[in-house]
Amino acid sequence: MIITKAKPFSEILRSLEGEETIFLVGCSECATVCKTGGEEEVVAMKAHLEQEGKVVSGWVILDPGCNLLEAKKEFRKAKEEIARADSLLVMSCGGGVQIAQEASGKVVHPASNTLFLGTVKRFGHFQEYCSMCGECVLDLTGGLCPATRCPKGLLNGPCGGAKDGKCEVNPDNDCVWIEIYDRLKEIGRLKEFLASPVQVHDYSVNTKPASLVLERNKNRRDNQ
Amino acid sequence: MTLLQQALAKGEFTVTAEVAPPKGTDTSEMMENAEFLRDKVHAVNVTDQQSSVMRLGSLASCRLLKEAGFEPVFQLTTRDRNRIALQSDLLSASALGIENVLCLTGDHVSLGDHPQAKPVFELDSVSLLMTAKRLQGGVDLAGNELEGKPTFHLGAVVTPGYEPMELQLLKMERKIKAGAQFFQTQAVYDPELFRRFMEGASDLGVPVMLGFVLLKSAGMARYMNKNVAGVSVPDWIIDEMKKTDDKVATSIKIVVRIIRQMREMCQGLHLMTLGWERHVPAILQEAGINI
Repeated sequence: MIITKAKPFSEILRSLEGEETIFLVGCSECATVCKTGGEEEVVAMKAHLEQEGKVVSGWVILDPGCNLLEAKKEFRKAKEEIARADSLLVMSCGGGVQIAQEASGKVVHPASNTLFLGTVKRFGHFQEYCSMCGECVLDLTGGLCPATRCPKGLLNGPCGGAKDGKCEVNPDNDCVWIEIYDRLKEIGRLKEFLASPVQVHDYSVNTKPASLVLERNKNRRDNQ
Repeated sequence: MTLLQQALAKGEFTVTAEVAPPKGTDTSEMMENAEFLRDKVHAVNVTDQQSSVMRLGSLASCRLLKEAGFEPVFQLTTRDRNRIALQSDLLSASALGIENVLCLTGDHVSLGDHPQAKPVFELDSVSLLMTAKRLQGGVDLAGNELEGKPTFHLGAVVTPGYEPMELQLLKMERKIKAGAQFFQTQAVYDPELFRRFMEGASDLGVPVMLGFVLLKSAGMARYMNKNVAGVSVPDWIIDEMKKTDDKVATSIKIVVRIIRQMREMCQGLHLMTLGWERHVPAILQEAGINI
C-alpha cells in the first residue's frame, strides 16, 4: 500500500490562504490505514478548518482515491458542494490529489506527503520492502530485496560496513545482505547466487511517467 | 603496465599510501603531504570524496600528482555518478595516463556533509569493475564500440574484520570474477584475524595489500572501534596510546610491530595516513621496507 504522512496543519492552512470554502476528499484504502485520510481524519480536519474560520462545503471518501472513474462518479453526486468550494483539500497520496484535480477541474491541495510503497508489519507499523524497480530479483536473493532494504541498493553483495549484523546507515536495521546470505544458505541457493552474472539494473524500465495498459484492454480499444 | 602492477607481478612487497584532495582549490597541502611519500611508496591512492564529504575531484588530483612525478591510484566510487559519468571518468583517467583504478561503492551520502544529496549507487563496486573491464575490451556497458581502448590496473577493497568473514570472501571472489586484479584491505590490527582471512583469500590468487590506519591517539582508536565497521583496535594498542607522552613515537612503534607480524602473510601494505604522511618514511624505515 502507499504510505502517507499528514502534513503539519500549519502548512495546510498556509496553502489554503485566501480561500474560504473548502471541500474535503479522503480515501477508503491506503490513506484510511495510514490514518491520514479515512473518515475519522476527514471529520477531524473539517472541525479544525471550521475552528480556523473556514467553511467546509462537504466531504467524500473515495473508494479508492486513485481511481478516476470512481472520483468522477462521486464528485457528480457532490456537484453543488464542490462547485461552491474554492478548492479541494485531498487527504490521500499524490496520485489521489491529481485524480481529484482531473475529475473536478478544481484547485487542489495535498494534505499529506507520500512516502513509499509499504508493507504492514502490524497495525500502524509500515515498512518499505519493494521499490517497484521493474526487474524483480527476489528469486536470486532468497526472497529479500537488496534494491530496497539496502540503503545503497547493492545488487552484488554487501558493503563492508555492517557492524554486529546491523546496517551502517541505520543501525536500527539488520543488514539485508547478511539476511540474504543466511537465507540462501538455509534454502541451499547460495551457489546459484554466486554463479549468477553481475547484476546491473536497467533504468530504462523506470522511465517516468510509467504506464501500463493490459493487453485485453488494448485489444478491445483497437477493435473499436 | 603501471609501476604498482609491475611491483605486484614481481612479487615485491608493495607499498601504497593515500592522500586526500582538499576541500577547495588550494592543493598545496596535498602536494606537500605527497612529497613525504616520494620514492617511499610504489603508488599514492587519491580518495574520492571520502566519507561522502564534497571535495576537489580525485581524477584532477591524480593528474596533478602524476605531473609531479607520482604514480597515482584513482579511487572511484559509484555513489555520485551514473554509468554514463563513471564510464566517461574511466576513459578520461586512461587518456590522462592514470591506469590504477580502485573501484569502490563509496559511503552513503547520509554520513557526509551533504546529506540532502541524491545517493546514486546506480552501479556498485562489482558492476563498476565489470564495466571498467568491458571498456578495456573496447566496448561500453551498452555494447557500443569505442574508438581507442583504455588501459587499467583494477583494484578493489575488502574488509577482513567483517562478520561473517565468509560473506566478505564471497564478495571478494565476485569482485575478482568481475575484474579486480589487486586488493587493499580495510584496516586490520589483529594478526590472528588477518591470518584467518588470508587463509581464505590466498586461494583466490590475487595480491592483497594489508590496510592500516595510523592511530593518532587512544581516543581515535576507541572512536574507530565504536564507529568504523569491520575495524577492531585491540586493547593493548589503546593502552599503549593512552599511557604514552609521545603519541607519534608510540604510534610508529605499534604500526612497525604489526607490519612485522603480518607482512609475510600478504603481498603489500596500504597506509591510510589521515594527514600523517610525514611519518611514513620513519615507519617504512623502521619496518625495514625499502622499495
